[in-house]
Amino acid sequence: METAQETIQQNEAKTDTSKTLFKGTGSQVLLNGLIEEGVTTIFGYPGGAIMPIYDALYDYADKLEHILVRHEQGGIHAAQGFARASGEVGVVFATSGPGATNLVTGLADAQIDSTPLVCITGQVFAHLLGTDAFQETDVINITTPVTKWNYQVTDAKEIPEVLAKAFYIAKSGRPGPVLIDITKNAQLQVEEFPAYVKCNHIRSYRPKPKVRMQFIEEAAALINAAQKPFILFGQGVILGKAEAEFKAFIEKTGIPAAWTIMGEGAIPTSHPLNVGMLGMHGNYGPNVLTNEADVIIAIGMRFDDRVTGRLDKYAKQAKIVHLDIDPAEIDKNVKAEVGVWGDCKETLPLLTNLVEEKKHEEWLAKFRAYNQEEIDQVITPELYPTSDEMTMGEVLRVINEITGGDAVIVTDVGQHQMVACRYAKFNNTRSNITSGGLGTMGFGLPAAIGAKYGAPDKTVIAIIGDGGFQMTPQELGTIMQFGAAVKILILNNRFLGMVRQWQQLFHDKRYSFVNITSPDFVALAKSYYIEANKVDERANLRNALETMINHDGAYLLEVMVGRENNVFPMVPQGMSVSEIRLK
Amino acid sequence: MSTQDTLKHKLDHTDADGKQEYTITVYAENRIGLLNRIAIIFSKRKINIESLNTSPSEIDGIHRFNIVITEGYEVVRKLARQIEKQIEVLKVYFNTNDEIIWQELALYKVSTDEIAEKVTVERLLRQYGASAVVIRKDYTVFAVTGHREETDALVKALEPYELIEFVRSARVAIIKDSAGFHEKLKEFEAIEPGEELIENEFLDKGEKIFTM
Repeated sequence: METAQETIQQNEAKTDTSKTLFKGTGSQVLLNGLIEEGVTTIFGYPGGAIMPIYDALYDYADKLEHILVRHEQGGIHAAQGFARASGEVGVVFATSGPGATNLVTGLADAQIDSTPLVCITGQVFAHLLGTDAFQETDVINITTPVTKWNYQVTDAKEIPEVLAKAFYIAKSGRPGPVLIDITKNAQLQVEEFPAYVKCNHIRSYRPKPKVRMQFIEEAAALINAAQKPFILFGQGVILGKAEAEFKAFIEKTGIPAAWTIMGEGAIPTSHPLNVGMLGMHGNYGPNVLTNEADVIIAIGMRFDDRVTGRLDKYAKQAKIVHLDIDPAEIDKNVKAEVGVWGDCKETLPLLTNLVEEKKHEEWLAKFRAYNQEEIDQVITPELYPTSDEMTMGEVLRVINEITGGDAVIVTDVGQHQMVACRYAKFNNTRSNITSGGLGTMGFGLPAAIGAKYGAPDKTVIAIIGDGGFQMTPQELGTIMQFGAAVKILILNNRFLGMVRQWQQLFHDKRYSFVNITSPDFVALAKSYYIEANKVDERANLRNALETMINHDGAYLLEVMVGRENNVFPMVPQGMSVSEIRLK
Repeated sequence: MSTQDTLKHKLDHTDADGKQEYTITVYAENRIGLLNRIAIIFSKRKINIESLNTSPSEIDGIHRFNIVITEGYEVVRKLARQIEKQIEVLKVYFNTNDEIIWQELALYKVSTDEIAEKVTVERLLRQYGASAVVIRKDYTVFAVTGHREETDALVKALEPYELIEFVRSARVAIIKDSAGFHEKLKEFEAIEPGEELIENEFLDKGEKIFTM
């Protein structure tokens, strides 16, 4: 902690010294620090080793809203939803032992999807560390691979510095989850603490570099010479809060832009240069034309295998320009001709200055031609089915018609997730919240609760499959108690649909343990005093969705959809993006 | 496939032929748990660490790790980036054996009787550059500093004479072209980031590794 302390001492010299010392417990100084960092909402669950912090929290009810979740995994997913919807750091409290280990899935999810979180876990007394004390686990070592940074506090004097460092690390550079494990003695320890000072520098940590113009110039030269340039954008645009800079860049260059599911919504769905979704269940044109583009400009995306398909047949003809804030991503999966390391909020305007104004009409027409083919063969039958069975796509179409694309859509993982990402309309950034990298079933419901706190003025719709819902249904209790007005839409095909689709296509239809039964979801919701309804006929669909969305408060709607519908297009695993199948 | 394609293919999928010994030098804060954070970067990728040494560096308070692995260039480059990404790591360099000076220390315990009867200590000392650290009635301890082949050679030579105990240290290495970390540290301590080179890649071999 030498570094943080030194920095803070330096800063202190400059800032106002009139603030008096605060005398209190480690717990109190922790909560004061959270307030200083602008935290208003905490998702958590108490327990033995974090009781002093909860005791202090009792007196902070007017400043800090604590949402009592029903399981720590629900707490961390809620914090993720909060962070993704609001752009702020999500905060989680959990106790030692099982409380802390229950955070691991959410930490892994936040780590791979770059979500800024600060998790505070209680720990046994310092003198009991290593004795296999009650509810002792080695939380630091368990969470090391799934945190951007973690630290164990055993002395209250460390708390302000460590907390300041945690917030700085969580939200700067490529964001990520941070965990602070605080032993019970440190929570109880009474000290005189100096005024809280935010951290803005750690000598061993370089969140972003000074941009080197040489690479901007090289990138601009490639872009200006390109005949068939293609932009791939990811969540980096959203995390960098660079949506406006990104829009200016694509509009000046006239380059078609396609998104990863984490980048969806950075520009509106309806933008004429938005050509759709990349990857395994992405759109036809963006996948096929990846292998035809001469220059690919990747912005804040990491060439995940679900995006690239078979790597040695991926965009081999193209020169790649890769803009990323994380230097470890440049040249990781795909070799870049020019790597532009930096914050896209800074690099994009520099690049926009140097690129020529262009329209790529012929090239765009190719995307439109592929799109038409996809509309005819896939999209129209999905959105306007002629059979009696309802499709997931038509449910999304009706939602779009009702919300106009202004809702925050939170999804779980599976077929419904791909359908939602493919068909939901988004007018605004931070509106698509999904578990992209980790693919965490059970993410949807708790993340939607958090998203509602993060974006209280928005309609938040959680779209969840019958399988995923049964992984974290206990969070209905959180909704019941705290009233988050989440619209829960269960798309029930009575199967673990995505696995079933793979078994059908690649395992000779051997449906191995994908046939899942469900409880009466309507009765379940009602047992939590949440309004609910079920639809199994098309004739009632619109009405039921309107009732759900317009209802004052939380609502659960179960829609029965076709059992064995598949999500297409699809790039089968191990195939090239240009070998994408329409059926 | 053109030559260029073949080359690109090779870069994407470094084959076993491209593997060689690399010494990774990590400058880092001295913090509990950092060793684990670095070690799991290797184990996550199922890469074996052949030698690992932690020591102080030329700068007070900054630790230096030397890690030896046998891998291809691309793999090592990616590992180095992942290590450097850790919050408490300041800088990572990776070098092939011709770019470093390195040593390992080995200790050998043998029975004094045995050795006195059957070989001349003097010959051992001369031939293997060994030094006698302890000579007691019951045993003698020799030390050899050098490369792996050199320390191994004495193991072979002592085998017939009941080698009671043998231990070899991790590799410690100095980068030939390094000007040390003092100047670099100033850049790290500055609040505003400087123009940073991703050094291993943008520098030709033979040029200075540290550029300011």
